[in-house]
Formats: sequence, structure tokens, C-alpha cells
Amino acid sequence: MPLLELKNLSVAYRLQKGYLMAVDQVSMEVNEGEVLGIAGESGCGKSTVALSVLRILPKSARVTGAVAFGGEDVLTMGDERVRAYRWKHVALVPQGSMNAFDPVISVGAQIVEAIRLHESAGKEEAWRRARELFGLVGIPKERVTNYPHELSGGMKQRAAIAMALSLSPKLVILDEPTTALDVVVQKQILSLLARLQRELGVSFMFITHDLSVLAEVATRVAVMYAGKLVEVGPADVMFRSPSHPYTQALMRAIPNVHGDISQVKSILGTPPDLTSLPKGCRFSPRCPHSFGRCTVEEPRLLPSTTGSMAACHLVGG
Amino acid sequence: MEQGGGGRPLVEVRNLSVGFSASMGFFKKRTVSAIDDLSLAAWEGESLGVVGESGSGKTTLARVLVKLLRPHSGEVLFKGEDVLTQTRKEERVYRRKVQMVFQDPYESLNPRSTVWDAVEEPLLIHHVAGDRHSRGEMVERLVAMVGLDPGAVKHKYPHQLSGGERQRVSIARALAVSPDLLIADEPVSMLDVSMRIGILDLMLELKRKLGLTLIFITHDLGVARYFCDRIAVMYQGKLMEVARTEELLERPLHPYTKLLLDSVPVPGGAGPAPPEAVDADPRPAPAGCKFSPRCPYARDRCRGSAPDLTEVSRSRYAACYYPLTS
Amino acid sequence: MTENKRVTSGVLIIGIFVFMAVFAPWLTPYKPQVVSGSPYSPPSFQHWMGTDDLGYDVMSQVIYGARISLTVGFTVALAATSIGSLIGLLSGFYRGVVDEALMRFTDVILVLPSLPLAIILAAYLGPSVITIIEVLTLTSWPLVARVIRSQTLSLRERPFVDAARVAGASDARIMFKVIIPNLLSLIAANAVLAITGAVVGEAGLDFIGMGNPSVVSWGTMLYWSQNLGAVLRGAWWWILAPGLCIAFVGLGAVLISIGVENIFNPRLRGR
Repeated sequence: MPLLELKNLSVAYRLQKGYLMAVDQVSMEVNEGEVLGIAGESGCGKSTVALSVLRILPKSARVTGAVAFGGEDVLTMGDERVRAYRWKHVALVPQGSMNAFDPVISVGAQIVEAIRLHESAGKEEAWRRARELFGLVGIPKERVTNYPHELSGGMKQRAAIAMALSLSPKLVILDEPTTALDVVVQKQILSLLARLQRELGVSFMFITHDLSVLAEVATRVAVMYAGKLVEVGPADVMFRSPSHPYTQALMRAIPNVHGDISQVKSILGTPPDLTSLPKGCRFSPRCPHSFGRCTVEEPRLLPSTTGSMAACHLVGG
Repeated sequence: MEQGGGGRPLVEVRNLSVGFSASMGFFKKRTVSAIDDLSLAAWEGESLGVVGESGSGKTTLARVLVKLLRPHSGEVLFKGEDVLTQTRKEERVYRRKVQMVFQDPYESLNPRSTVWDAVEEPLLIHHVAGDRHSRGEMVERLVAMVGLDPGAVKHKYPHQLSGGERQRVSIARALAVSPDLLIADEPVSMLDVSMRIGILDLMLELKRKLGLTLIFITHDLGVARYFCDRIAVMYQGKLMEVARTEELLERPLHPYTKLLLDSVPVPGGAGPAPPEAVDADPRPAPAGCKFSPRCPYARDRCRGSAPDLTEVSRSRYAACYYPLTS
Repeated sequence: MTENKRVTSGVLIIGIFVFMAVFAPWLTPYKPQVVSGSPYSPPSFQHWMGTDDLGYDVMSQVIYGARISLTVGFTVALAATSIGSLIGLLSGFYRGVVDEALMRFTDVILVLPSLPLAIILAAYLGPSVITIIEVLTLTSWPLVARVIRSQTLSLRERPFVDAARVAGASDARIMFKVIIPNLLSLIAANAVLAITGAVVGEAGLDFIGMGNPSVVSWGTMLYWSQNLGAVLRGAWWWILAPGLCIAFVGLGAVLISIGVENIFNPRLRGR
């Protein structure tokens, strides 16, 4: 049984006129001990997926489908249960969390507070755990009493990850955890995540707009476009031989430092407006391989020849 | 000062230093140097990449070049003439010759101006295309030149455009006065991945068509590789290495360049991560080489004094006592 | 949408008063300062809002009074907002010495108590509508200057201001073509609120006798009603009528100022 399972999850936000489908019939799962990377451009619905898993969507959002964590239905949990479920089972490292620490309280004290809010740990015990967590994420333990401004950007991001790990959750959702970081620090955070996954067996859901950072850490990669899951598969398959034209185009749109860059090519057009989606496949107006059927019928997610699942009429069907 | 370029330098900075005063507590003030004794030239017709992490001084350099910031010391030369001692009249001319595209397309266009107004503004300021009619034609031509449909976008406000479209408007605006030098400060870093190459291709095409010289500020070596003939690597206000793009990427001479290259994510997670202890600390810079606290090859000499940028091998320049030559 | 309705109702309220002021001679059943009934008559069919101590019609006075009150309100609002905006703009844009000098001057004016100042000025210049306009303008621009300055300080740091400079724009162009359009909603909101301030201020100065008591305005009505003991005599209508007018002008202005951002911000305009 997968640790987390989304089944036909749809989320619609209420607008002044009608609804906006931010996530449309998305099914995916996160298995124990794996890193699922979710990549896509702004407005593709990747953050909404995270918010649904954590049940922190705005009240106006209409959710259908199912989210199951360890077999338990997340969407129908009572308030009390949800509070325990967040942090203890699924923790979030929100976007920009490294700058979300309270500047006048030491970082350690903030972790201690988080621990004691959810568990009946004594002060001593909580501080011991905070120091341990600092060690775990690669910050010298004695810096646990530092204030946020005394830590570098990379250290703050490590501390944010430590905080998410403070109640030993089974799944940690990372929303753009490396976006504001310099390349060197980014690399260090990526290798930290890989190590944590190895050593603790914790699962990660890694949300990013930058497909290339997933190359290093993800065991599986899901690509979203305009609210739809367009392709999902093992990372090596996704990076070596992607099946969906959008995934292919995204890969080609990133100029690499080594190897051939003569293949680098831009993707024409812009992502569609979610309030007026094209008929059929949502990528079809920008797709170089689009043909008659693509503009009429929405493709379903089907197994591709390379081992991924892709929603494209050229694949499988 | 050749630094691997060729021909005539269009713009050149010599021994440039820029500092900001930062207050340290109530009374103490300390000057934080953003650029420290930097000399660099952009050659006519080339596209020069200035690569660095945050705090490297790369944006400060751009701001000095477009005269948004005055340096503490040093010279800025444009076609051999001093930029810093210009009269008002000369500065007006300079402002036509040197244009800039900013990082944030959401913020660098006036939210209360339409696309039309934004592109027309530089024409009005510099009295290009005198009458209303020819100005209108020119705006339409510029908007079309950056790949937008004038009819569809000209009366739109910035918030009605996508990030990529906004950046195209910024480019049209910058090119309205036919500059010689275009400085682009991270022009694609805030855009969605699928939009980036389109903008870069547009700028390269315009460079070819209009014979522009480009200075491209970026943190992304991959993008720099795609875009630049030559790359200058900056670290904490110092120039670390300058070389032709392919040479720099294939055989980096400076340990910092190598660290940057090794940090780029590669499929399969190949290559070990840089040691975790090298996490940049916000500590005051040392007396020696700025990179020495993080440098795996640093020796006593590196901590004692800072190396100058020197020619290590033919047309390869690096500021390092022990460049990675082998 | 609801904000647009607010603006509409605000404009409607102010509009009614403007209409009253402009067409006063045609709207009033009696001349405002002619005896048309017995003194202190309560509201009746002949006198909808009763009469005052001399038997003048209160409704006619209220309608004519709108002329003075609104003239003072609009004039002061326009003058104070213009002066304040200009000083705030210069101060925030140039910072440094200019800012220091202008803001110290602003602070001096800001702390001057308007009432004693008005009394002194009225003693010098003689009580008149012009005096009231001058006093109110003098005391209301500094607040506007403060608000506009702080917004200018933040606007000048925005990248589009840098972009204008790189495009070659002069200081004047940046201030008036780039920054001002982004300040318009704030300026308009301040101007509208300044109308309320001026109408209330005018009434206040009239009330303490700093205006010309022989001119009919909402303030002088309150002045006379107070002096002649309208409350003791139970002539509530004499106080209530001008009081309500002032309150409604204030309400209209507040309604407009809340929604004014919608009019000037292209991002909100389309919705």
C-alpha cells in the first residue's frame, strides 16, 4: 500500500464568476521511502496538490476525489485528527520558510516550541531533540541558540527542514525548497535531502518549477500542466526518455552546463488561462506533434513504452 | 585588459570599487564593499556573461554601468570616454546608447502605463521620431519586433500580460532608442522555464540583427553557456575568472568556478556534493582571497593576500595563486 | 463590485448636495433670511424643517447653507491636497536636505493648533469666508504631505522608477509622469477626505464665531442655534438639520474614498 494516495483529486477555487479548476482529476501516489518530485510551471496546480494533502486549502475551495494517507481518508478527517495528522504524519516546508522564522526568537527555541505544541515533551527533552535535529541536517549543534539573522541562507533552510522533521513525520512536503538559494547551497540542500531519505527512510514530496533540481534527488517524477498530471514515472526514465511532448519540451528548454546544447529549444506560446481552457489536450496548442484528435479528446493517463505513464494520444492509445 | 576578448572594447571598467555604508549598531558605521577593485571590458559585438551568486556584486556592476549608482572609485569608459564625469548633455546621449532589461518583469514596468505608453516613453524622452504618427508606427514596429502582436497588446496594462510578454515589452522599450549596449540583469530568472529560451533566443536574434553588445548578468551557468561568448565569474565583489565560454566550462581554472560547475544538478545525482561545511557564512571577508575560507585548495598564501587577475595561460585569466591547470 | 456601489452612493450623496447648492433659489420655498412663519415653529407642512428664532425657514437656510459649506469644502480640499501632494512628492523624491527642510517646516505647521491660529488670523483679517478657507488650507496640507511623502519614498525604490531613469527620464518626468500616476488614488482619497475635514472645520469655525455670522451656512446655523438656546427651547430641528447635512457630506466622502482605488488602479478597474 502506498503511503499517500491521491485518487481523481480535483480542486476548484471560487472566483467572482464561477470556479477555477486548479487541479483536475489527478491521481498519484507516494510510496514509503521515496522522493516524488512534482514539477510544473506556475499555475499548473502543483502547490494546490500539496495544500490538499495537508488539508490547508482555503474554505472556498471545492475538493472532490480522495486523498488517503496510510489508508486513512484525509479529506473526511475530523478537526482533532487533522491537527495530529499534520506535523506528526505529514509535515510541510513551505516556500520561503527559511525567511519565516521569527527574528526575535532563537531558531532552537522555535523548534522546541513546535515540538512541545504537539507532544508532551519536557523542556530539556525538547532542547535535546532540537540539538539532535541540528546535527542531523548538518548545522553545528551549538548554533541551536542562534537567532535567524546569525545563520546563513543555507543554514536557515536546513533549520526549516529540521523543524519539519521534529516530530518524525513519515512524509515531508517541500514547496520550492531550493528556489531562493544559490547553486552551491542548492546542491548541498539536495544532497542533504538525499541523505535524510536514505538514513531516516522518510518520504519526500518535492515541488518545484525547476525540473533540473529533481534530477539529483527524485526517485519518481510527476509533471503537471494546467491542472493535469501529464506524465509520471521513475526519475531515470523521465530524464532519459520522457514520453509526453510537454516533458520532452521542458527537458529541452533547460540549457545544460555540459553536453550538447544544440538541441535546446523554446516552447512556443504560453500556458493556458485556467478559466478558458483549450478543448481536448491542454498542451495541444503548444505541442509540435498535435493532430486532429488532440484538439477534440482529452487524453487519459496510460502506460508508455519507456515505463512511465503519460497522458498523450501518441502514447499507448 | 584583453581578458580573452578581441577587437575594440565598447565599455570598460577600471579598478572599480563600490561600497555601501551599513550601520552596525547605533554609532558604528561600516562600509560593506559590493565591488572591490574590478577591471573588466565588454568587447564590441560580443555577449559577455557576468556570473555569480547573490552578493557577488554582479547586479551592482550593472547598476554602475547604467548610472543608477556612483562608484566610490575607479573609472567607467564607454568607447574610450569617461562616463563618470559626463555633463548633463553627454549623459543624455549616453542614456540612449546604454539600455537595461531588469530582472523582475512584474516590477520594472509602470503598473499604470499601457504597453504603448511604456514603449513610447523613451521615444518621447529622446525626441526620437518627432511627430505622433511616425512615433506610433515606431511603437508598433518595436512591439512586433519582440514577437508580440501590436494590435492585441498595445492597450494592455502590465498585469494583463504574462511574465514572458512583460519581459518582451521591456526589451522593446530598451531597444526603442537603438542602443549600442544592452545590459540584461537576470532577464529570465523570474520566468517560467518554458518561457526562458524564447526570451534568450529573441535577445540573441536582436543582437545579431542590430549589432548589439550584450552584458548578461546571471547566476545560471547553463543559461550563460547558451547565451554568452565570454564569461566573467564574480565572487564577493571580486573577479575570479574570465574566459571564453566553452573554455571556462570545460576547464575551469579557478576553484570557485569549479565549485559552481560541480553544483549544477545532473541527472542521476552524479558527482558528490560539495562539503557541507562550505555553506557560505555571513562573516566579514578575510584579508586574503575572498574565496579562501571555502576553497578546498587554499594554502597560507591565499589567506595572507588576495591574488590579482592574471593571464594563467593564453587568453585564460584567473585570480588564483594555484589555478587548476592540470 | 460592492466597492463600486459604495463609490456610486458616495457620489450620489455629494451630488445631491452640490445640486442643492447650485439650484438653491429654485429649490427653496422661502428666502432664507426673510420671516416666513412664527419663531420656533416645529416642522410642519409649511415649514418642513421648522423655523428659527426669527421665524426664518430652516430648510431654506440648509439649502442655501450648502453653498458656503461646499465652496469652502471643495476649495480647501483642492488647495490643501495640491500643496500637500507637491511638498510630499518633492520631499520623498529628493530626500536628503530637501526632505529635511520641507519636513521640518511641515512639522511646524502640523503642530500649530488650528483653533487658536484661526482666532488670531480672524482677529487680524476680520471674520469672513476667505479667512476660513485660508486657515483651513494652512492647517490641513501637512497631513497630506506626510502621507504622500511616505508613499513616494517607497515608490521611488521600485524598479520601474529605475527603468524610467535608464530610459533617460528627467527628475520632473519621473515625478510627474511615473510617480504621480501611482499616487493618484492616494491623492484622490486624501482630497475626498479633506472635503469632510473642511466642511466640519468650516462649521466649527463658524460655530465659535470666526466666520461671518450674517452669512447663512451650516456652521452659522449651528452657531445661532447654540447661542439662542435652541436646545433649551426644544427646537431640535434647528440643530438637527445642519448637523445631519454635515454628517451626510462626511459619509459620502468616506464612501468615495474607500472605493477610489478601484477607479485609478487599472488592475482593479477591469473587474
